[in-house]
Amino acid sequence: MDLALIVLLQIVTSIAMLALISLGLAVIFGMMRVINLAHGEFLMLGAYAAILATGHGVNLWVSMLLVAPVSVAIVGVVVERLIIRRLYGRMIDTMLATWGLSLALIGLVTMILGNTNTGFSAPLGSIAIGGFRMSGYELFLILFTAVLLAVVFVVFRFTRLGLIARGTMQNPDMAAALGIAPSTVYAVTFAVGAALSGLAGALIAPLAGVVPTMGTAYIAKAFITVITGGAAILAGTISASGLLGAVNTLGSFLATPVLGEVALLAAAIVLLRLLPRGITGRFLKGSL
Amino acid sequence: MIRIEGLVSGYGRIQVLNGIDLHVRRGTFTGILGHNGMGKSTLLKAIVGHLPASAGKIELAGEDVTRLPVHLRARKGIGYVPQGRQIFPTLSVLDNLRMGCAAKGLPDDGIDAILEDFPQLKRLLDRPGGALSGGEQQLLALARCLCGNPSVILLDEPTEGIQPSILQEIVERLHAIRRKRELTLLLVEQNLEFIRGLSERIFTIQKGRIARELDPARLDDHDLTAEFAGV
Repeated sequence: MDLALIVLLQIVTSIAMLALISLGLAVIFGMMRVINLAHGEFLMLGAYAAILATGHGVNLWVSMLLVAPVSVAIVGVVVERLIIRRLYGRMIDTMLATWGLSLALIGLVTMILGNTNTGFSAPLGSIAIGGFRMSGYELFLILFTAVLLAVVFVVFRFTRLGLIARGTMQNPDMAAALGIAPSTVYAVTFAVGAALSGLAGALIAPLAGVVPTMGTAYIAKAFITVITGGAAILAGTISASGLLGAVNTLGSFLATPVLGEVALLAAAIVLLRLLPRGITGRFLKGSL
Repeated sequence: MIRIEGLVSGYGRIQVLNGIDLHVRRGTFTGILGHNGMGKSTLLKAIVGHLPASAGKIELAGEDVTRLPVHLRARKGIGYVPQGRQIFPTLSVLDNLRMGCAAKGLPDDGIDAILEDFPQLKRLLDRPGGALSGGEQQLLALARCLCGNPSVILLDEPTEGIQPSILQEIVERLHAIRRKRELTLLLVEQNLEFIRGLSERIFTIQKGRIARELDPARLDDHDLTAEFAGV
């Protein structure tokens, strides 16, 4: 019974982690059809922002929940101005450019901060579940991700800003003809996506260990989750991370963690073969 | 209201408009009649700003807008009801109207007054825009345009794929709205009945140029109109 509960919690943790690391990428892809291959480095920058802030005496929670997203959002604004804006509608070129950016950011951070593994330990201790112990921080991550998804939903669904974003996403030319500047919407979207990535990077830092190359470990998973999910930002992220997270954890539990990752990849390949436009390309069409 | 001089535009290297000269006076309803491929929609797209002008000038209320981006022209008062309506398909009817307000930074309060002029839309407010019939979408596109409080409305082939009863409805709506507020309208069409119902001045367009002005009273003259309209 306890074991079942632990496995269940592990599955939910895995789903939450996937959703957390994918959300920023999903917002940018869903809104702008831009695949940001520097997404992993945005996570990494968020993690470093949190570490540097705590190193300078800033409260751990403030560093993770405020400093990290704000600093990566600023990076996002600069990147959008300098690179993304010039390549709208050219998906392959954008992927190439952001991949280059990813390499540059890894190099830059390695040069400035060194290629050493840093990090901070997870707060909140652990909680006993029967004969097992579960990290309190992982439970916090599950709750936080759920709240974050809810906030994103509310902003998109019920605010004027969200309405403008949804309308522009569906038909940028018509939105412009009504008086909206799509380029401004895209800039804000990219900054928000970057902020979400920075936030995610800081939140996974205590579990992951922070090195300049840490992004490469996550970009593939985030990418697969977003592509499997399809165009709908929230429905896609939730359905894809739910499915892939469950497959991953069950695979790890029944075999080995490596086979769990293999199972995740295999599931994604099968899904994309059956649903080339992602889960929300077929089901839940038109949802957020 | 709109003054166009020597406007040349098109798609990439394919030139469609070969020097349009047109003057739409404030408060008038002007129609442009022409066959497919003569540049009707292209003209409206060039005025809206979706297509760049490679030569010539577009003035709105005396101000040169030829180089302004699309959204700034909209903010200066150009309202656009495009061909195919371009309703936001997954937004509800109400959200489509809200987009019209939000895009201009106007409050949502104006929607109620506009719905008074479009009673058919009232019972559809919760439906997704994409689920509406062609005629309902046309009314919605017009209402959405009015939410932005435009000074001039560009109407692109509203009759395409729409049942006749709704056409009459649109004509009546526009006349009704005009009695309440000043409105300038530029309409491109190939449907003779519709263009006659709405326009005080009618021009014909041929091969990317304004060919001539037709007297609305003489539109029954078949020899005259067969050349320009898709009868």
